[in-house]
Amino acid sequence: MIKLNEIKRAFLVSAWFIFLTFPIMVIRINPVEHIVEWRWKNMALVGIGSFFLSFVWNYLMKQKEPGFKKTETAEKTDTIPPLPPARRIQREKRIYIPALVAIGTLTIVFPFIFSMYQTNIMVSALIYIMLGLGLNIVVGLAGLLDLGYVAFYAVGAYAYALLNYHFGISFWMALPIGGVLGAVFGILLGFPVLRLRGDYLAIVTLGFGEIIHIILQNWNEFSFGPSGIANIPRPSLFGIDLSVHSSTIYIYYIMIGLCIVTIFVVNRLQNSRIGRAWVALREDELACQAMGIDKAKTKLTAFALGATLASMAGVVFAAKTTFVNPASFTIWESIIILCIVVMGGMGSIIGVIAGALVLILTPEYLRAFSEYRMLAFGTMLVVMMIFRPGGFIPDVRRIYKFEGVKSMDKS
Amino acid sequence: MKSCFGKVFFTAIVMAFAVSIMPCTGSAADTIKLGIAGAHSGDLASYGIPSVNAAKLVVKDINAKGGILGSEVVLLVEDDVCKPEVATNTATKLLSNGVDIVMGHICSGATRAALGIYKSENIICMSPSATNPPLTQSGEYPNFYRTIASDDAQARLEVDFALDVLKAGKIAVLHDKGDYGKGLAEFAKSFIEKDPRAEVVLYEGVTPGAVDYSAVVQKIKHSKADTVIFGGYHPEASKIVMQMRKKRMKTCFISDDGVKDDTFIKVAGKYAEGVYATGPKDTSSNPLAIAATEAHKKTYGTDPGAFFLNAYAATQALLNAIEKAGSTDYNAVSKALKTEYVETPLGKIKFDNKGDAIGIGFSIYQVQSGRYVEVK
Amino acid sequence: MDYFLELFLGGLTRGSIYALIALGYTMVYGIIELINFAHGEIYMIGAFTALIVISVLTLMGMNTIAILVIAGVVAVIYSSAYGYTVEKIAYKPLRNAPRLSALISAIGMSLFLQNYVRLAQTPNFLSFPNLIPDFEFIKPYAHIIGSTEIVILITTAVVMVLLTILIKFTNTGKAMRATSQDKTMAMLVGINVNRIISITFVAGSATAAIGGVLIASHIGMINFYIGFMVGIKAFVAAVLGGIGSIPGAVLGGFILGWTESFATGYVSSDYEDVFAFLFLVLILIFRPAGILGRSGKHEI
Repeated sequence: MIKLNEIKRAFLVSAWFIFLTFPIMVIRINPVEHIVEWRWKNMALVGIGSFFLSFVWNYLMKQKEPGFKKTETAEKTDTIPPLPPARRIQREKRIYIPALVAIGTLTIVFPFIFSMYQTNIMVSALIYIMLGLGLNIVVGLAGLLDLGYVAFYAVGAYAYALLNYHFGISFWMALPIGGVLGAVFGILLGFPVLRLRGDYLAIVTLGFGEIIHIILQNWNEFSFGPSGIANIPRPSLFGIDLSVHSSTIYIYYIMIGLCIVTIFVVNRLQNSRIGRAWVALREDELACQAMGIDKAKTKLTAFALGATLASMAGVVFAAKTTFVNPASFTIWESIIILCIVVMGGMGSIIGVIAGALVLILTPEYLRAFSEYRMLAFGTMLVVMMIFRPGGFIPDVRRIYKFEGVKSMDKS
Repeated sequence: MKSCFGKVFFTAIVMAFAVSIMPCTGSAADTIKLGIAGAHSGDLASYGIPSVNAAKLVVKDINAKGGILGSEVVLLVEDDVCKPEVATNTATKLLSNGVDIVMGHICSGATRAALGIYKSENIICMSPSATNPPLTQSGEYPNFYRTIASDDAQARLEVDFALDVLKAGKIAVLHDKGDYGKGLAEFAKSFIEKDPRAEVVLYEGVTPGAVDYSAVVQKIKHSKADTVIFGGYHPEASKIVMQMRKKRMKTCFISDDGVKDDTFIKVAGKYAEGVYATGPKDTSSNPLAIAATEAHKKTYGTDPGAFFLNAYAATQALLNAIEKAGSTDYNAVSKALKTEYVETPLGKIKFDNKGDAIGIGFSIYQVQSGRYVEVK
Repeated sequence: MDYFLELFLGGLTRGSIYALIALGYTMVYGIIELINFAHGEIYMIGAFTALIVISVLTLMGMNTIAILVIAGVVAVIYSSAYGYTVEKIAYKPLRNAPRLSALISAIGMSLFLQNYVRLAQTPNFLSFPNLIPDFEFIKPYAHIIGSTEIVILITTAVVMVLLTILIKFTNTGKAMRATSQDKTMAMLVGINVNRIISITFVAGSATAAIGGVLIASHIGMINFYIGFMVGIKAFVAAVLGGIGSIPGAVLGGFILGWTESFATGYVSSDYEDVFAFLFLVLILIFRPAGILGRSGKHEI
């Protein structure tokens, strides 16, 4: 039940927000024309909105608190189901296999039932899935916050564009070369930042991303500057040049293939020695070193692998748009990729795929609201972090049980 | 609570698919579909929105008169946020919706990315604002036209003005590192280098959005340049001009279309006096231009923004060509664009073989007592 | 030599701008070890609020000095209120969460505030009036340094001294230091940790607002995006000087300002940001705690 003091509190919150948003929301100025416009309607909206949101906020906060304090008892009650539906589907073979078959069929026939536009934006989404999975290795698994991830994406895109321009190298040659170049850049970035922790690392990687962006923008002789490189060929199928429509379908299948390979690789790596080393590194660097894990090597592999994936996605990006310029590789791109990983669920493959699909496809279909896209992203980041830090589909902690040792599985 | 998120998420997916199927349905046969693409949201929306308004006004007039060749003109407005990667999606979306002809893409980068797609599907595309020279001059895009002069024409005018009128000897060329500004600066630099009368003493890019430009201004001073040519937009230009004038430098300042905006004068105030800028030829005496601006004021209640008249002219030119060609056939419309003159707010125009408009030019303007005045 | 001196002074102004913003960053980081990405946005909101107040008061026909004072005060109040609210909404619930969560929440807040101002106000640049009158005594030297620059320099120095006094010599300051060392212990000895953190945010946001008004008046125009790049630069400055240290933030700001100014003057402004970031990487490799920073417990 809503108590009286809760209502009082909501009133206070609402009054506070009316005060807070008063100058920005209500008054709109035009210093050039010297016009001041008063928008009282907004004030009412803010007041009513914050009044109700404060109830929602309080309710959610209350939901969160007991879950935090007494996990053991909460698990026995019915308030929190043992497994979220998405996770349950994964577990139960009876749902899991038909679902996989259905999704598989859908992905294969997709370009034939939907228009070229649908296929095209699906390719974009697939590119972001690959980027998300790559960043997931760095941020989700190894816990290294990389705010300059877009730099590697740019490396791949420019690698194909430039190699093709100067040497006429084809897409299929450029893909592995781009991957290797990405790895090299990943290690190049990795070395100097080996000693840095979380926040410092974030700011240095951000700087690295900016440096790559600035170099691409300014070094005309190398990268053709801000006007970019046009006429990058789309991938050819056994030497046959395809029309736009069929090559979009072709790129779609290439991307599906790459994504499947990526998922396979990441999935295998996650359960491997190096994967567990990443997670250990994320949880506690000191303890991890004490266990005899080579910190430098582990971090560098994470960077290199993440960079390779981004770089290969970059090659496909260049082939898809047939045009690259530095404007596509700004810090906001890094932040969107980070959003994908965080929304989807750090460390969780299905989560990242879901995150990429939702974050990339929704704005395409809701173009009318594109003004509010960044606002929504910002809100989502904050709300997700507070109420659901694990993302849409959180990663499940792998629990290693030792028979007979009861105290182990509690941690 | 937690399970809710899962449900919400699945609902979102289902909705996404539901929405995705919708655009496939519903396409009438006897309409002419005019695609309008450009930045309609985001940072550069102020350059794209006027073109949508222009197209709406033209099409409203034409439909009121019974359309073209007896069929109604329908607008397909799509946003590309000025990003190349989004522009390809925009282009494919327009194609999927069966567009006949496209007026648009505002930014040069986005235009280039989209043109590759239009070209292979034989769709004619006309931009009101993409000034990058290779778009027409490279000959790679026979389907591309524009109602604005290209960057090199603008740079040529700036350099000629600096050399012939201002008798500049030492010129500093600055740019904002952007697509538009740097392209223009590159041309200005190469034109000056080819001319024995002057030399480029400084060629630099400034960082847009930096807190101050005092170091660059110091450098201009140190280089003893008597003229500065700046390629870029007005926020950076006004900061540089203000700092130069505060340091009591009397260096002439010549800039481009991106600066020939009243906001520049209002921001820079008294410091703007004497600044030169190139801009499209003065059309304020053209009755069509006056009518178009009036129509905009009447419908939207504000003054039209940048590239409004260019977009107005582009829409008229495209629709006129379809009418003259008698169909939306690619070859016929191309031929009509190149042969038939059309009356637009920018004057009487047709297009040359490369796709640049004949009859559209630039003039030099100077800020005099708070207003841009054409320099004859 | 003159050229060198001018670049030096230019760097000094630019540096003091960074320093003024870096002070708020460093205070917040010192106490809860969080890169407050939204700090740049608080600065932007300060500038916007001031501009709104100025416009309204000018229409009412007040005199300049009164407008300047009122605008400054209102900007400080509003920025502090925003700082306080941002902390309560986006950071407080995450106090016990992993550091990464708080950082991502901060990035989200920064995005939100930017777009909030963009949508509620305008995406375009607005001109900001020059509030600081030209001092008579500076007129002969106006080509070297302007009065706004001098006011910024003095303000930075004053704010630095005030913050140092606050932290070193007051009870609140003592509580802040205790909180930054160990929150649980601070709570045990009777410090209201939540209150102390709020005070830190309010103080940091107030300095950001002062910076916002002065810098906007120096640059002459604002838009919703001005906070982001300045915020990042200021953070770089704070890290350079040793994050958590008040004099370090100011020193870092000046060093960054000079690096950029000399890089532009002697090399090219094309690469000024590259130099700034490379310098940061170098400093961090050789002194991971920054120039004035103490090697803390976390260094490995």
